[in-house]
Amino acid sequence: MFYTISLYASLSIFSIGLLYKITGWFRHRLGRGERQISTAQRIAAAVKGILKTLFSAKVLVLLKVFLLDVLWQHWLLKKRFSRWLAHILIYGGFMLLLLMHGLEKIIAPHLFSDYYSTLNPFMFLRNLFSLMILVGLAMAVFRRWFSSAARPKSTGVDHYAILILAIIMISGIVLEAVKITSFNSFEMMASDYASLSKDDTDEFNALASYWVQFYGVAAPELKPPFDAAVLQQGEELHQASCMQCHSRPQWAFISYPASRALFPAATLLDQIDAPTLLWYLHLIACFAGLAYLPFSKFFHIVASPLFLMAAGVMKAEKSLPANVTTLKVLALDACTHCGECTTRCSVAAAYNEIPNPGILPSEKLAAFRRLLSGGRLSKQKLLQIQEASHICTDCRRCTDICPMGINLEALWADLKTLVADFGFPKPEAWARKEASAETAVAHSLDQVVTISPDGNAFMKEVAWTPQADTFHSCFECRNCTNVCPVVGSYESPRKVLGLLPHEIMHYLALKQKEPVLGAAMLWACTTCYACQEQCPQGVNITDLFYRLKNLALRQLQQEA
Amino acid sequence: MKKRYALFLGCSIPVRLPQYERSARAVLGRLGVQLVDIPEFNCCGYPLRNFDQKAFVLSSARNIALAEREGLDLLALCQCGFGTMRMADFHLKEDDRLRTAIGKVLAKEGLRYTGNAQVKHLLSVLFHEVGLETIKSHISQPYDSLKVGTHYGCHALRPSHIMKFDNPVAPTLFDRLVETTGAESLAWPMKLDCCGGPLKGTDDTLSLDFAEKKLEDAGRAGAHCITTACPYCQIQFDIAPKRMMFERGGNHQVPAILFTQLLGLAMGIDRQTLGVHLNKGDMAYIESSHGVMV
Repeated sequence: MFYTISLYASLSIFSIGLLYKITGWFRHRLGRGERQISTAQRIAAAVKGILKTLFSAKVLVLLKVFLLDVLWQHWLLKKRFSRWLAHILIYGGFMLLLLMHGLEKIIAPHLFSDYYSTLNPFMFLRNLFSLMILVGLAMAVFRRWFSSAARPKSTGVDHYAILILAIIMISGIVLEAVKITSFNSFEMMASDYASLSKDDTDEFNALASYWVQFYGVAAPELKPPFDAAVLQQGEELHQASCMQCHSRPQWAFISYPASRALFPAATLLDQIDAPTLLWYLHLIACFAGLAYLPFSKFFHIVASPLFLMAAGVMKAEKSLPANVTTLKVLALDACTHCGECTTRCSVAAAYNEIPNPGILPSEKLAAFRRLLSGGRLSKQKLLQIQEASHICTDCRRCTDICPMGINLEALWADLKTLVADFGFPKPEAWARKEASAETAVAHSLDQVVTISPDGNAFMKEVAWTPQADTFHSCFECRNCTNVCPVVGSYESPRKVLGLLPHEIMHYLALKQKEPVLGAAMLWACTTCYACQEQCPQGVNITDLFYRLKNLALRQLQQEA
Repeated sequence: MKKRYALFLGCSIPVRLPQYERSARAVLGRLGVQLVDIPEFNCCGYPLRNFDQKAFVLSSARNIALAEREGLDLLALCQCGFGTMRMADFHLKEDDRLRTAIGKVLAKEGLRYTGNAQVKHLLSVLFHEVGLETIKSHISQPYDSLKVGTHYGCHALRPSHIMKFDNPVAPTLFDRLVETTGAESLAWPMKLDCCGGPLKGTDDTLSLDFAEKKLEDAGRAGAHCITTACPYCQIQFDIAPKRMMFERGGNHQVPAILFTQLLGLAMGIDRQTLGVHLNKGDMAYIESSHGVMV
């Protein structure tokens, strides 16, 4: 009952989740032009594309991609062997375990006439597959938590994924170990298959002694050494009733050592009915994993193969625009958050100083996915994406390294457009626009300037290096303004630029934050350093501008 | 003595200007400069300067530390990269607190900045390390009657006490290099002016204005081409003119060629290797004006 209900419950959550995610590939829109294509058109285009592919020679390409890329993961093997090994161990082991053990009632009887989970080779194989997963998991855990070489951020999704898998594995192994030692289980089996109960003292004890001696059972009252005759009698009973379905538990080479470790506590475990408890735990973990799959990083099991196959047969120039869009959205789900992009990212080091995880491509992609799936991001998150999108130098290293072959560079371009449409374009252009709006206020020189204590705090922020307070030496010769090619580009520069370079130095000396940070001049500066070079007083004008731009951006972000 | 450098390509060249990398490798290879690739190099820090000063210094410092680990000096092809890393190097040497803070972050990766690795620009290496005579001895097909507008680029020249590249007011280093090829390096009014590259995306109008004015000025002075030694400048003069024509009309006849390509052609290296065919501007006159030395 419990089994059936939880199975169907998790299956329904799984199916609804799957449907939700898959329809998302057709619902979500990335670029500006793409927004005119409706969901129905996208689904129709996809169906058309799929049918066309299936009834053409391209089906061979699909097959090749499926075998080489999906099953064998050739691309990962080429890029990083250790990662390929870990992944193939986890996924290979899991698939085999799922087919042979998880779906044993559905698959195994059709393939093997003599299938019993406690018989070899099945028992041995189950442990072998588990070993594969455990080794793969250990490699993954090591990489995420201990290896200094890896830099990508591990987030909740990665931990949950590893955690659920670990619970499934450990509960399964402990369950098998506890069942090996369990005297209750032995008693039940003896009654069911050998028709022996405790009342048939001699025979029961003989069989039990045999099982204690050779099968690892922990009997509370029977301890070796046993009499040879008793063992002889036990063996006969064993051959008659048990042997057909039971191989020696030592073949379960992981669970058996575990059962030896648990042996001292075996009676206690039996008293609390540990086998049943563990069975529930194992089952709940499996079903929870199933239900959570569409919403977790395990969804890549569905999305990544589809993405690889679709990308394998599609050409951006030739495919229908609707399908190109759909493929891009699918790519977001195909990302496994492996973090290879982040390890190669050219600006990842900046994350040490700018606390914006979006700088790391693996995190930016996750944010992109959230943004698309309708989750209304807070303004703060949008600002983070804006900043990160433009700190990115478009060096394309992430695209080159992505084991999934996702064209990340194209996604970043779409993301920039998307946040710009939310009102957050390139920060420099954004600041320039905001600043020019204030041009009229900043500043008529006859305005009275108030010196306030806030100015001192501002000065502290400006002075990020020992050279940063050189503006005090400015005697307003205007050399900087006169040599500035930007100033020279305008008929009435103050109207466009708000403050001219020498005026900015002047206002700095007066500790005036507002006019300085609001000057459009900062954002029109082409950083040619002509002013700084020509300054007779050695004022670091251009460098100061850089610092003021940092502060102006920070202020804008806070205001927004 | 063999000259070895860690080649710093930056983010732009591999993606947007592969011909610069190809021609630089070809030319430097022939001139006996050995280039070592360090795949862990990251962004020079230049685009970070608008966002955060420490992030910029850290980015630069990491590159310098990586080169230090190999016991090499850095050779930068871009002037922004060169200028940025030298600026960071200056800050790190001047400011103990900053150096300590950055050092802590680098230490997490097992890196150390001691300031022993020098940041050099391609042109300085050609001029000071390889030498004009050596370059001349490699010229097999000098140019005849080619007038070149030499574009120095701001970030190599200024601030001069940090860059130590050449005299910031009257530099000659690049001109003398250009003249090794037999070409004439023109004196033109806007030679030292900004290309407008840094304003792209922030103020596109102003950015194009700068490039346009400079191209017109070079044309008036009689230049057959402009030569550059920085990807941003090259993009401004090679790719932006298309946009200028599209948005503003007019026809800018002065093409831009990377100095490594200009030099490579005169050294007899074929145009494919130098990636001359990847330039957008018309290279025909430049290519036709170098003859075979008798």
